[in-house]
Amino acid sequence: MSELASPPVPAVAAAAAAPSAGGRGQRTTSGREVSARRRQPWAVHAVLILGVVAMVFPFVWQLLTSFKNFAGATAIPVQWIPQPWDFSNFGKVFEAMPFGQMFVNSLLLTVARTAGQVVLCTMAGYAFARMHFPGRNVIFLLFLSVLMVPGQLFLLPQYEIMQSLGWLDTLKAIIVPGLFSAFGTFLMRQFFMSMPNELEEAARLDGANQWQVFWRVMLPLAKPGIIALTVFTVLWSWNDMLWPLIVTSDQAKMPLSVGLTQLVGLHMTNYPVLMAGSLLATIPMVVVFMFLQRQFIQGIAFSGSKG
Amino acid sequence: MSQASIQASLDSPLSPAASGTADGALRSARRGGGAAHRAPLKAGSASPNGRKGAKAPGQSAWWALLFVGPTGIGLAIFYLWPALRTFYLSFTHTGAFGGSSWVGLENYQKLLSNPALGQALANTAIYTLISLLGIPLAMVVAALLNTKGLKGRGIYRTLYFLPVVTMPAAVAIVWRMIYNGDYGVLNQFLGLFGAHGTSWLTNPNTALVAIAVVGIWAGLGQNVVIFLAGLQGVPAEMLEAAELDGAGPVRRFIHMVIPMISPSVFFVSVMSIIGSLQVFDLVFVMMGQNNPAMPSVKTVVYLFYEAGFINHDQGTAAAIAFVLLILILVMTVLQFAMQKKWVHYE
Repeated sequence: MSELASPPVPAVAAAAAAPSAGGRGQRTTSGREVSARRRQPWAVHAVLILGVVAMVFPFVWQLLTSFKNFAGATAIPVQWIPQPWDFSNFGKVFEAMPFGQMFVNSLLLTVARTAGQVVLCTMAGYAFARMHFPGRNVIFLLFLSVLMVPGQLFLLPQYEIMQSLGWLDTLKAIIVPGLFSAFGTFLMRQFFMSMPNELEEAARLDGANQWQVFWRVMLPLAKPGIIALTVFTVLWSWNDMLWPLIVTSDQAKMPLSVGLTQLVGLHMTNYPVLMAGSLLATIPMVVVFMFLQRQFIQGIAFSGSKG
Repeated sequence: MSQASIQASLDSPLSPAASGTADGALRSARRGGGAAHRAPLKAGSASPNGRKGAKAPGQSAWWALLFVGPTGIGLAIFYLWPALRTFYLSFTHTGAFGGSSWVGLENYQKLLSNPALGQALANTAIYTLISLLGIPLAMVVAALLNTKGLKGRGIYRTLYFLPVVTMPAAVAIVWRMIYNGDYGVLNQFLGLFGAHGTSWLTNPNTALVAIAVVGIWAGLGQNVVIFLAGLQGVPAEMLEAAELDGAGPVRRFIHMVIPMISPSVFFVSVMSIIGSLQVFDLVFVMMGQNNPAMPSVKTVVYLFYEAGFINHDQGTAAAIAFVLLILILVMTVLQFAMQKKWVHYE
């Protein structure tokens, strides 16, 4: 029961905070396994490639179908290469709904939630890890209780709040509850707990106040934790569906996730158009992932592990 | 633990310790209360970081207010108060014109005698059980990826991870097409082997399984990454010693590797169950309105959404939310109770 007391993740942040110079090279040396050392384990490759086909096929199929016409998409036997190539599906997505605006909405809500959480959770997490104030334990306990409760428990009253504020069908309604996160605070607290505090004390002796210590000394050191929080919040915000679904009914205020549910309603089985829409909604995050793979994989795993 | 272990494996051989402690964090977080309450007392003595600040406590309190205040107020308004309010709502009935009245336990009584809840609980349980199959699958993939000297590990990992960054709504739409009974590519593929598919998502016997398969597909990469991180903390010397003693790869994996990564396995199963019990997005988008198979896939959260935001029956919805809370708590407590039998922390 006392894991929270001693910083639970000393090795984590110690290792994470150190600039990871060693990178890829070392992974192979520490990667070791079950199967003996042959030149290349072809059987393993075969199984993995079979798995990759299952993982990637839906994306390939989505891409190909988005360039087919309706007849091509419903052809029996299956049509692999679009015949003819039909580029009108993407245009139809924009005709069916304000897709560009939805894209902007998704972008805005993702940026706003992420910026808010990074600033607020980092500050609160730092305070719980390093400051002493009356009621700290009780307040932290309340934060943890939010973490443990399923999100559906908040939805009805959150909706009432938005209704009474007159915020329904605004981007504010989607964004604001997502600015605050018990999970993010907990994540950052664990991170700060695991950092050595000699630097802070040195800064204090030099006359820095709490804010300066936090801003100039601790924040730069907390970068790995902040990256993890950012990745987690970006993914969650971009993909989030239930809450935006509840508070928006005007298409111009919807994010892409809810927009897609509308597209399904409009084009029930017009799969080429549906694939074009879902492809457009997916691509931005996939592109970001391709560029920031390392951060994504580490961040997801790291933040997931504290959930 | 995974970043822990990934990072550790990149920078230093610390990962076994890291995974153990981070899962400890999860453990205490889930247990909440006691741990948090006692934490700072022990922090003062046991941890080098818990020393009292240099500043006087009075001044520190004002800084703390500044740092914790914004999040504290936000959480209080948008999370803590709503949870209490939902509890209150579960004892009320909302009239057609918005007025609400106290009805005591009536919502719960009606709910428990409503076969729809039993059906939703059964559906959710089946979905959860099926999605647990994703755990051994992820373990196998992670073990294969961890093969010594394997080339292209990074590319494999990226491709397996791809669905994790994909919007569930988009995933659902793509799979709807694949599962289509008339011209879906799955049935055409099965046709190659002379098998006849069905209309997977409108057939009450297959719809839930079909959705759960997509759930496994979508979450596999995340679990693989976590297991891979755990596996990289298993010392090679031990496995090599076992190999010299004549233990084959499968035996080594089952008797040595799995116990050593059991904290990761425990973590993944706790999170999978919590996630599966709350499944909504996939069900909502894959099924669509007027799907004849809907009753056999309605999950607890779907029932909640329907009651609260389609039928505007807040009392019932609130009661469903509390049933869900209890379900999650019971499952989590059970898992923590059972973990002593099979999870090995260093």
